[in-house]
Amino acid sequence: MKRAFKEIISGFYSLVIGMRITIGQFFKRTVTVQYPYATLPIPARFRGHIELVRDPETGQPKCYACKLCERACPSDCILVDGAKLEGAKKKSVTVYKLDFTKCSLCGSCVEACRDAAIRYSRDYNLAGFSKEEYIMDLFAKLQAEAQAAGVPPEAPATVRPVKSEPAALPQTQALVPGARQGQTQQELRPTVLAQTQTPLPGARQSQVQQELRPAAPAPRSEPPKMEPVKAAAP
Amino acid sequence: MTKLLKMMVAEPYRLGLALLVIMSFVGLNAAYLVWVERKGAGRFQRRPGPTEVGYAGLIQPIADAIKLLSKQLILPDGVDATLFRLAPLVVMAPALISLAVVPFSEKLLGRDINLGLLLIFALGSINVMAIMLGGWSSRNKYAIISAARVVSQNVAYEIPTLLVVITMIMVTGSMDLNEIVRQQAGGFWRWNLFRWDVNPLAPVTFLIFFICMLAETNRAPFDMAEAESELVAGAYTEYSGMGFGVFFMAEYANILLGCSVATVLFLGGWQSPVGIFSGVFWFLAKMYFLVFSVIWVRWTFPRTQFYGLLNLSWKILIPVSLFALILTSAMLKIFHRFHSV
Repeated sequence: MKRAFKEIISGFYSLVIGMRITIGQFFKRTVTVQYPYATLPIPARFRGHIELVRDPETGQPKCYACKLCERACPSDCILVDGAKLEGAKKKSVTVYKLDFTKCSLCGSCVEACRDAAIRYSRDYNLAGFSKEEYIMDLFAKLQAEAQAAGVPPEAPATVRPVKSEPAALPQTQALVPGARQGQTQQELRPTVLAQTQTPLPGARQSQVQQELRPAAPAPRSEPPKMEPVKAAAP
Repeated sequence: MTKLLKMMVAEPYRLGLALLVIMSFVGLNAAYLVWVERKGAGRFQRRPGPTEVGYAGLIQPIADAIKLLSKQLILPDGVDATLFRLAPLVVMAPALISLAVVPFSEKLLGRDINLGLLLIFALGSINVMAIMLGGWSSRNKYAIISAARVVSQNVAYEIPTLLVVITMIMVTGSMDLNEIVRQQAGGFWRWNLFRWDVNPLAPVTFLIFFICMLAETNRAPFDMAEAESELVAGAYTEYSGMGFGVFFMAEYANILLGCSVATVLFLGGWQSPVGIFSGVFWFLAKMYFLVFSVIWVRWTFPRTQFYGLLNLSWKILIPVSLFALILTSAMLKIFHRFHSV
């Protein structure tokens, strides 16, 4: 009998605590982001579809159509072609198409690229109405970008409108800083990773580092701490 | 002669007008309580709620109403057509009729009858029966499960409700809602919620009434009849367009009615809590506070299990309300021998 009463009272008290907590939340500010009007910052290591990188000095694509990315692609979704222009030392890219319907965003192409001429774009608004919209002409996109930036196009390109205009975002860092021309990625990787100054947050990278330097503990970035929920009265 | 003429000519018009006002009041409230509910749900979950249609989503209910009105009313194969069509009307009508006797202020009420409380509780369980009708006539397994649940839930919660109401009738000695409110004049300490002298368990009685009101209107955490995660939409599964819309409106109409009755019985109706400036404003403020509490409860507690629901009623609410009833009658017999009953 006594226990039953105790149960009723403690049960009711727990309900009151629940109500108090929810009304506390009611008067706090909202935490959601109203998507089309506001967006969250994209993480620095966001891996979108690939895009060509412009040489900041000449304004022309860094890519010289070596086709390593084309070969590295497991889904066979990249098409590259290049031509040697008059007086140029290297070939220049003339066609760079990405069939995004097949791309699995594995990033093998970016890893294979010797000169950091392609990188992950930060574009994620990729909804579309037809399949054709996803055969992306990255070269045309780059030329349009260059034109917008005031660099005369090297060759007349047929610019196909791309789904979403790339926003003015901070330049994504080249995947492997310090990679030099001539060295292959495979040779480069251990030394470069060991040289990397900022610790890479991903688990895989830390693993690599640990393998490389077993003595030194790999610097791990702390996982973001959740704001502790205010504990209710017991 | 003039009295008869007044009765024959003026009274029907007056009642018709009252019903019209109540219907528009209920309709607007139903529409905008949905907005309040969605906004409230948003705020409780730290979201902004509807924001797109109009300023702060204020036109959203109108857009929803237009959508519901323009949808086709589908009559599925094998339904009991008459009952299927009748159910939304039967669920709506009692709430509308009952609101006609609720005193919004001393003068502002549809019909001043001295058995208002009896009328409300006589019609009170019809809406639950109508949900059962709708569920049963839909010829849908989820709807039938929902109908069965509604019946046992109603049987379980009608008893404590009526026990509480009988207690309050004994305390006030009247079934006239306006008279009950008049007795509570002079400040919030005179409200029936604080009538310790007659009913030492008065706040508990109020809580029991509030809980039963939630259960009778099938509101979370007692929304076993709708239980959208288990029963699609419960008894409303087969209803489309305005058939569903009327059920939805009736739910809010019943919440309004339940909160109005709670206001009248316990919170002094249109009486001001400080004793001056009584009026319709106070009634609405108290009623909407209770409506907000209903929303607050809904977005705080998860749905109870069905056993939990029945246990709560049979093991806690009924014994406690019965005890309160006996205690009140004893108090009246011992200390208030000349109470005007």
